[in-house]
Amino acid sequence: MTTETNNTVTFTPERLTKAQEIIARYPEGKQKSALLPLLHLLQEQEGWTSPEGMDYVARMLDIQPIEVYEVASFYTMYHLNPVGKHVIEYCRTGPCCLMGGEDVYAHLKQRLGIDTGQTTVDGQFTLKEVECLAACGMGPVFQIREKYYMHLTNERVDEIIDELSK
Amino acid sequence: MATKILTEHINVPGIETFDVYRKQGGYTAVEKAIKTMTPEAIVEEVKKAGVRGRGGAGFPMGMKWSFLAKPEGVPRYLVCNADESEPGTFKDHYLMKNIPHLLIEGMIISSFALGANKSFIYVRGELMYVIHILEKAIAEATAKGFLGKNILGSGYDLELVVQPGGGAYICGEETALLESLEGKRGNPRNKPPFPAVKGLYQSPTVVNNVESIATTPWIVNNGGDAYAGVGIGRSTGTKLISASGHINKPGVYEIELGVPVEDFIYADEWCGGIRPGHKFKALVAGGSSVPILPANLALTLANGEKRLMSYESLSDGGFATGTMLGSGGFIVFDETSCIVRNTWNFSRFYHHESCGQCSPCREGTGWMEKVLHRIEHGHGHQQDIDLLVDVARKIEGNTICPLGDAAAWPVASAIRHFRDEFQWHIDNPAEATQPGAVYRGDMALV
Repeated sequence: MTTETNNTVTFTPERLTKAQEIIARYPEGKQKSALLPLLHLLQEQEGWTSPEGMDYVARMLDIQPIEVYEVASFYTMYHLNPVGKHVIEYCRTGPCCLMGGEDVYAHLKQRLGIDTGQTTVDGQFTLKEVECLAACGMGPVFQIREKYYMHLTNERVDEIIDELSK
Repeated sequence: MATKILTEHINVPGIETFDVYRKQGGYTAVEKAIKTMTPEAIVEEVKKAGVRGRGGAGFPMGMKWSFLAKPEGVPRYLVCNADESEPGTFKDHYLMKNIPHLLIEGMIISSFALGANKSFIYVRGELMYVIHILEKAIAEATAKGFLGKNILGSGYDLELVVQPGGGAYICGEETALLESLEGKRGNPRNKPPFPAVKGLYQSPTVVNNVESIATTPWIVNNGGDAYAGVGIGRSTGTKLISASGHINKPGVYEIELGVPVEDFIYADEWCGGIRPGHKFKALVAGGSSVPILPANLALTLANGEKRLMSYESLSDGGFATGTMLGSGGFIVFDETSCIVRNTWNFSRFYHHESCGQCSPCREGTGWMEKVLHRIEHGHGHQQDIDLLVDVARKIEGNTICPLGDAAAWPVASAIRHFRDEFQWHIDNPAEATQPGAVYRGDMALV
């Protein structure tokens, strides 16, 4: 969290409108409830929850920056460091493993040439292991942004990576 | 024909839209409830229905509703728990994605019954695409006058807010969920006070699971007695079961409670049997936290009778020979499964998901993961099995929330029923760490 930048993060006009709508939906004085949704909005725009972005969200909600940092670091979905263009969040929990999830994951790591937590040198892919994604009957599963990729096999993984690499 | 309370129309093309849902009889329960029933009468029907919390705890929903404090001039809240994260469970995901209006309709009825004017659906953040589906459904229902100000001219106002989580299993615990909804870390609260007295924003709050809330339209339409007429004994109604693992037909099935476990696994209507050429070894019947059972105990009670898919039958025999219905996360293991590896996997999950607030859970889950890791990877010590039992016992019951118990039970039960398999790993590390190596000693496969 020591990235040096002079750029101050601000939401695009559309996201600013969206942020204001989100803040308005909680009772008066309870605007802190908007924190998790705003962090999602920030990450959607910036790719990660940068320190500057978190400070911006803190000002927007009139709370201390630490209140944002402690939340962003508690929940697993927020990236506290810059990530690649596509973040692959791979389910490592029991039911997916029963369906061969560990072997497919080994193949995925080999295919990308990176380990868990790393980003490919071209900045295209970041690999994260996550816990159960609530799609156990369709395992093995991974997620990229909002999309679920299910019934994964080595071949299917290759197809997906090929497609996203275009 | 088995009664379908939640999924009767789920495969109708376009059911995710207001118009198709309405054509299938949707929102008639809202009309009936708001125009012809008092909130107290709705609570009474839900009580009569005997529906029990479908998130896993199994607490009677009507009773939970009746605990809601109603001080003058203080807002009350209904919060739907859609933070479905228990490994093996994907029923709420299925329901919300396919038939979002059923949940919206249930939220309107439940909010009206509880006197809430602003209600929340807290959905795990990973399901952002489902959040968009729900928001679209809410917009449709609002445009048709079923949400917003003065619903159906009744003077009742309701706003529904869909809130994303941020990725944390612990937020499925209701007080952690409320903390999260207030924009904080998901640390469970000490109880009392219970949410029914001091919940969201310190106001009286009811938190109910998606599947529980989704039963209310049917209960309003058909009556609590009709609901209680489905199922078996105190396990009334139907239950969504998320079936995964080594079966021919994984998926979500709505069953009348009381179906024999054996039928559920082998009948074509449901799981369709164990995958070809393999045998049934073990079952986790209600999500990763409930005790794992070997095949013979999964199918039959200690007295030889068939075990049924109900709260009572699954827990028959206590933890010695029984388990729990839990969330209905039904994970089937065949003989290729290594129980030690799976137990390590589940322990890693609970260690990862412990909020860190209580030392027995924070430290104990870490120790269990570490010890299981070394057994699985060929470095187990002779005393490790007893050490695991000891750590599990010291976590259980000693934490603010049930995550500690949830972490302890899978370990304690795996050792209770598969101790030889753990011992084999410790005695034969070279063999046990071969790729795909599985204990093939004496055990009851079906």
